[in-house]
Amino acid sequence: MPVSKKPLIQLANAGVERDGRWLVRGINLAIKAGEIVTIIGPNGAGKSTTAGLVVGTIQADVGKVHRTAGLRVGYVPQKLHIDPALPLQVGRLMALTATATAADITAALDAVGIGHLANAFVNHLSGGEFQRALLARAILRQPDLLVLDEPVQGVDFASEAMLYKLIKQIRDRTGCGVLMISHDLHIVMADTDTVLCLNGHICCSGSPDNVVTDPEYLRLFGAPASAALAVYQHDHDHVHLPDGRVQHADGTISDHCHPTEDQAHAG
Amino acid sequence: MLDDFFLRALMAGICLAVVAGPLGCLVVWRKMAFFGDTLAHAALLGIGFAILTDLPPLIGVPLVTLGTCVALLLAQRSTQLSNDTILAILAHTTLACGLVLIALTGGRTVNLEALLFGDILTVSQTDVLVIFAGGATILGIIIWQWRRLLAVTVSPDIAEAEGLAPRHAEWLFMILIAILVSIALKLVGILLITALLIMPAAAARHLASSPESMARLAALCGVIAVTGGLYSSAGLDTPSGPSVIVVAALLLVVVRLIPRRHMMPTPSSGPKDTP
Repeated sequence: MPVSKKPLIQLANAGVERDGRWLVRGINLAIKAGEIVTIIGPNGAGKSTTAGLVVGTIQADVGKVHRTAGLRVGYVPQKLHIDPALPLQVGRLMALTATATAADITAALDAVGIGHLANAFVNHLSGGEFQRALLARAILRQPDLLVLDEPVQGVDFASEAMLYKLIKQIRDRTGCGVLMISHDLHIVMADTDTVLCLNGHICCSGSPDNVVTDPEYLRLFGAPASAALAVYQHDHDHVHLPDGRVQHADGTISDHCHPTEDQAHAG
Repeated sequence: MLDDFFLRALMAGICLAVVAGPLGCLVVWRKMAFFGDTLAHAALLGIGFAILTDLPPLIGVPLVTLGTCVALLLAQRSTQLSNDTILAILAHTTLACGLVLIALTGGRTVNLEALLFGDILTVSQTDVLVIFAGGATILGIIIWQWRRLLAVTVSPDIAEAEGLAPRHAEWLFMILIAILVSIALKLVGILLITALLIMPAAAARHLASSPESMARLAALCGVIAVTGGLYSSAGLDTPSGPSVIVVAALLLVVVRLIPRRHMMPTPSSGPKDTP
């Protein structure tokens, strides 16, 4: 595991355009070994697109993506449908992209709490069990960078806390970098080193403590007291127009959504 | 009954079935049956092209089927039509063009029925060798690239993220089907090639507990279908290709009667008392 301060992956002003519309734009982000970075944002904010840029399933139309040579990625995608015609047991899913010993598979499944399901067919798993299996598969690779796109979807509240704790433990033990995508805020915050608020671009970023007091964050996510507990709410203060410009809550239109704070976002 | 020509047919057929089993599983898992059918239809245009250019069919057919793959990829990018519509257009366009081209060039010398439904009993020694070489190539590549092919089938995104280059796998997959179509023409003909791919795989699904066991069982089901089909064809004086597929269909039904050893997996409601 590299211990240098050099980022495992770095996005510099990266953007993705589809049919004349920017899915994300101006994304700057770096993940170092041992760092947990969490991206939060509403539906359509470009969270999965950003994850795609990081893992390489989506190419940047502008900007640069720099990945450390030989970077070992473990990836849990947001959606995965396995055709019922494919007889796939959980144990076999663990060895999908690389060989794994039976002992390692058992250990990984035990770690996420589904050791008893090694012989179950993936199509018979509940949503939460399937998420855990995917997480087990990703950590089994002993990745340098773990990319988790909504890793706790379909998982009940108590298990959610447990899975986040597990992700932190894996980071502590292996020193891997973690990029997590989430649409809910409350538990993520505790163990995250850096939070990025995304809404087509990065609205604000920093340590959780700094971010919750950021005016941009407050505009997007509400009062600071809510950070510990509150149900995630996202009030749009601006809309991305088809031509790439931005219409703000007060009706004004600008080319960017985060020019100097005192101008576009004033009022 | 055990004449030379029959033995040759049997050997060629068994070889094709062994290869079509695992490849057919991939076709079934990837929901690409219609794609296989389209390439099979394109093979007729390949025959016409081979006659026109004086190339051997074994070169002309893969060239045209791979050309059809390129046309498919271009069409997918440049139209709003759904995939199955594009495939149907390509399948029937290539079939029609093939028939017209054959009429214009080869004309009466071409046995159209053999092309459409197969004529395995006329395989020459050279044909058998070609089928063995082609079959060994396909099977070798499938075994060599199995992890990648399966990973891309389960999730192209995971495969890409974890360094398995799914785009190469997509092309590899198309090339494998193009080769199989070219060498399986003799056995079952253009109209029944897809059946040879997917029916043994479908029969195997009922009994399989892993992707690998399904691939092996599909090969076995294919061998049973070919053997049974060729013997019944000889005994009943029925066309060989269709006989093979009839046996495969019967097998599909009979297999359902076999109880599954591994019934439902452990109930998915929390840990059991004993792990």
